[in-house]
Amino acid sequence: MKLNLKIWRQKDAKSKGEIVDYPIKGIEGDMSFLEMLDILNEELINKGEEPVQFDHDCREGICGACSLQINGEPHGPDRLVTTCQLHMRKFNDGDTIVIEPFRATAFPVVTDLVIDRSSFDRIQQAGGYISVNTSGNTVDANAIPINKHAADEAMDAATCIGCGACVAACKNASAMLFTSAKVSQFALLPQGEVEAVDRVQNMVRQMDLEGFGNCTNTGACEIECPKGISLENIARMNREYMSATSKG
Amino acid sequence: MSGLIKSSIARKVVMALSGLFLVFFLGQHFVINITSVIAPDTFNEWSHFMGYNGLVQFILQPVLIAGVIVHFAMGIALELKNNKARAVKYKQYNGGANASWMSRNMIITGLVVLAFLGLHMYDFWVQEISYKYIAMSPEEPTRYLEETVHKFEPFWRTIIYVISFVLLALHLWHGFASSFQTMGLNNKYSAGIQTFTKIYSIAIPLGFIFIALYHHFNPITH
Repeated sequence: MKLNLKIWRQKDAKSKGEIVDYPIKGIEGDMSFLEMLDILNEELINKGEEPVQFDHDCREGICGACSLQINGEPHGPDRLVTTCQLHMRKFNDGDTIVIEPFRATAFPVVTDLVIDRSSFDRIQQAGGYISVNTSGNTVDANAIPINKHAADEAMDAATCIGCGACVAACKNASAMLFTSAKVSQFALLPQGEVEAVDRVQNMVRQMDLEGFGNCTNTGACEIECPKGISLENIARMNREYMSATSKG
Repeated sequence: MSGLIKSSIARKVVMALSGLFLVFFLGQHFVINITSVIAPDTFNEWSHFMGYNGLVQFILQPVLIAGVIVHFAMGIALELKNNKARAVKYKQYNGGANASWMSRNMIITGLVVLAFLGLHMYDFWVQEISYKYIAMSPEEPTRYLEETVHKFEPFWRTIIYVISFVLLALHLWHGFASSFQTMGLNNKYSAGIQTFTKIYSIAIPLGFIFIALYHHFNPITH
């Protein structure tokens, strides 16, 4: 398969970036998108050029490190996959593929396709935790009976890998889906009740401080999320927020 | 309190509640307007009541105007904030792959509706205020139907009304259902609510279009 890659190149955070054309051949349908980029980088290194920098870690769809905007969609045209799980068979011989970093003011570009997603970490730190007594009186989490439905929904919310595709897809660069998943995974469980009022208020405040946009319910985040995190979580976060605000 | 005013969720709730209020008003406005086609005497009677009842004039009307201002001002403020949230734009952004045109262009449809409201207020509200409070003209309980029908005589005004209602339908298609999601209502009743909002979003603007076209093609001649 021959492809014409158009890749965003940016030396560092302060440099002005640009799209650079890279024709590539010998790509097979069974390769993952990141393997295709590995081949490109080998060619660039052999030619003495600077390889394209991109984030990756587990390469099995669970770490959330890979973060490419491919032909205008986060993680490319496939659904429920991360970029590392995207196969080249989804493209045709002769295709032009535009590859950019996820764009958001709260996700500044570090270099090339690498972005700084520490804004997500700060949202988590603002309230994405529970209090557990670890001074010798630790209670086994399984000792507390939990409704099966609530446990399933909490687990679904907890599958968010924090990749940022929701922000990248949203026309407003809103982080509501991410934040709502992190609020929901605790809001649905008895262990989350202790900090419930503070959690949602602090996480939403941090989300706003980071400069993410406002959700306008387009639903793009849910469609592009590699883990299928539902918009129900945003509705739940809104309820939690309204309830917490009324309690002070 | 200042934190709440700046909160993205609080602002969304303000958008949703003001939007729901305007949707409710739209339905009530339609019920009155359709009588201009099916029961002209009732139209005159109800219009006269709306124009001279103190509660409607001095309480409900200012509340309605405030609702419109809040909805549009907040919508524009949120749009400006959202633009800042992606200061560097994508070279290629395939928004149509994951979201409807209506949901992505609420600011466009909203601004068209706002411009239409300017014309609509000039056509009816400004002239009504000037009739009652500037010219100090006497009450004429039967003048409303004729005034309304005359407005739709020019083709240009009728077509502007029709186009505006199409844009309003597109705005409501996303906005009405969206307001329930914002208010946290996403449960077993959501499918039914969605269906109702979609029918309402088409039926009410279509009804207004019918009224405008009906009066255009059925002018009052003396």
